Amino acid sequence: MTKYTHRNGLSRRTLLKTGVATAATTLAAPMVWAQSNIVLRQAGTGVSAFNDIAEKVQGDLGITLEMTALDSDSVTQRVATQPDSFDIADIEYWICKKVWPTGNMQAMDTSRIANYDKIAGTFRSGKLTPTSEIAQGTAPHTVGFTTGANGKDFVQEESGWMTLIPTIYNADTLGIRPDLINRPIRNWSELLNPEFKGKASILDISSIGIMDMAMVVESMGEYKYPDKGNMTKAEIDLTLGVFTEAKKNGQFRAFWKSFDESVNLMASGEVVIQSMWSPAITAVRAQGIPCIYQPLEEGYRSWGGGMGLAASLSGAKLDAAYDYINWYLSGWAGGFLMRQGYYSAVPETSKNFMSEDEWGFWYEGKESKGEIVSPQGAKLEGPGAVRDGGSFIERMGAVACWNSVMDENQYMVRKWNEFIAA
Amino acid sequence: MQKSKGNNALTGWLMVSPLALVLFIFLVLPIVMIAVVSFWQTTAFSIVPAFQLENYEFLFGSPVTYTVFINTFKYAILTWIFTVLIGFTVAYYLAFHIRSLTWQVVLFLLCTIPFLTSNIIRMISWIPFLGRNGIANSTLISWGLIDEPVEWLLFSDFSVVLAFVHIYTLFMVVPIFNTMMRIDKGIIEAARDGGASGSQILSNIIIPLTKPGIMIGTIFVVTLVMGDFFTVRIMSGSQSANVGRLISNDISLLQYPSASATAIILLLTVLIVIAVLLRFVDIRKEL
Repeated sequence: MTKYTHRNGLSRRTLLKTGVATAATTLAAPMVWAQSNIVLRQAGTGVSAFNDIAEKVQGDLGITLEMTALDSDSVTQRVATQPDSFDIADIEYWICKKVWPTGNMQAMDTSRIANYDKIAGTFRSGKLTPTSEIAQGTAPHTVGFTTGANGKDFVQEESGWMTLIPTIYNADTLGIRPDLINRPIRNWSELLNPEFKGKASILDISSIGIMDMAMVVESMGEYKYPDKGNMTKAEIDLTLGVFTEAKKNGQFRAFWKSFDESVNLMASGEVVIQSMWSPAITAVRAQGIPCIYQPLEEGYRSWGGGMGLAASLSGAKLDAAYDYINWYLSGWAGGFLMRQGYYSAVPETSKNFMSEDEWGFWYEGKESKGEIVSPQGAKLEGPGAVRDGGSFIERMGAVACWNSVMDENQYMVRKWNEFIAA
Repeated sequence: MQKSKGNNALTGWLMVSPLALVLFIFLVLPIVMIAVVSFWQTTAFSIVPAFQLENYEFLFGSPVTYTVFINTFKYAILTWIFTVLIGFTVAYYLAFHIRSLTWQVVLFLLCTIPFLTSNIIRMISWIPFLGRNGIANSTLISWGLIDEPVEWLLFSDFSVVLAFVHIYTLFMVVPIFNTMMRIDKGIIEAARDGGASGSQILSNIIIPLTKPGIMIGTIFVVTLVMGDFFTVRIMSGSQSANVGRLISNDISLLQYPSASATAIILLLTVLIVIAVLLRFVDIRKEL
């Protein structure tokens, strides 16, 4: 800490006093941590744990990033029960709702976040554009702010203390194999269409799966939820009842829990329609197998991920963590992740790290002019391709619900367990 | 005299204490802890010490619990039948048909070679083999035996039991082979001289004398299958559940008290099963 303060010629107090604008310029060029051997342990869901990012951080900041990729449930468990096993938790907002009250994480001072003002509206006011409606479920802004550095509850306005700094997010829908289905798919209800008996799949992560189910139940016309993101016990019974019946009738080939399982199910042709995540579609396509992330009339089920700080972080490590987060929002990482099909929390800065054609394809929903390649260099699309679902505003504007933790979570989890065992 | 007697008792206590201590710390305490937690309460993110029977009430009140326990027994029994048949045959061949000790050892080691790889890898390699477009289906189609891919090969009870048998047969072969090797060849010769047929020798001499081995193998296989959740999850495509999966689902959803309650019930069930098995054969006497 002392070392850091001396070098910058600023103590944290003066830094705060000088205000956001100055802080932004100071922090935009963070010092290099090479001599200090700072190691940050990042535990997170596999979606954003890329070695490329760790290498780039090492090169740019001199911080060694040790990434652990776990499935959503394991990461929740780790943050809730092993507070000393991580420095940075890279989790989703619904996980934040579960683990924040444990006090194992500390809030972030937004005045130390250089690009705070550029973070997409979805994560601050909840509104993508001033006119957008807020979708049902655990919308990120509802669990994005807390009362103070040690706050344990959530506040609905921009309080200056953020629980998670948003990193990536996306609008999810069903993935399909167009070559094996051979007809247009327009609604969520197709997941339970008997036509796909034994060839459908859904993910076995309750907080996400229940939302996919709700989209299907609504689309089938079985029930219209007042709030999908906060179901009553009766609604939970109804939703899982519909799916238990389908399961018993042999609708599903398998359920998947991790990203690679969903890729294998789709690529091998075991499943032709299923819940899926965007990079999984990319992975199937990279094998030369046609796979579409099908936009549906009822809209998307969305999720957002962000990084939070462990409560135990202090001194130089805490400063390094802020540097890392500022680096993350400064563009390179966003550009990298947007080329995977995710959206960056600060799209503006990512633009500088993408070619015009890439930006047009991934963000603006324009037709590609040249080849679109993955960050690893594999060809994804040729010229003339358009992203499934169109532009950022079209896709994120059509979000119907967010992954959620409900008031009746306990009950839902038990019922979910029964569904899997049924 | 008095003194040496006291010393003996002391030596006895000292000799037994390291093991007792290790077992107490690493076996008894955790189980006691699990039993205690099973009466606690959970909220979405924390566990509250309490004494309430809600976890057990929910467990016994849910029809799913019974289906899952029946499933667990079904997998255990099916796996047991196949592993006993295969294990006994393999052990019998090794012990009585292979004459030289060197070859017995070589062939026995050969049996264990596949088990040097991770059993998760051995299990997962079944998936592309049994899949809808897998090797098994495409071979059967090219032979003209079936017209359409057979669906029940993968993500079914069949594939679960297949993987269990594949993984756990060795646990049956080893103890059975071991007891067979200790059968005095003289007894078999005497029986043959007395005019006993092959099947009489098998049913009157070899099977009764191999019982302890079969029993030890049975305990291994039954307890392993009853506690295994990973095989069931992978091979059934997450669609079936045994008790182990119920527990692992609870744990992954942070429902520790409810997981503990299920674990306690599973532990009691397994102990009862073993107690019943031990009624049939007195392992300590036979060894």
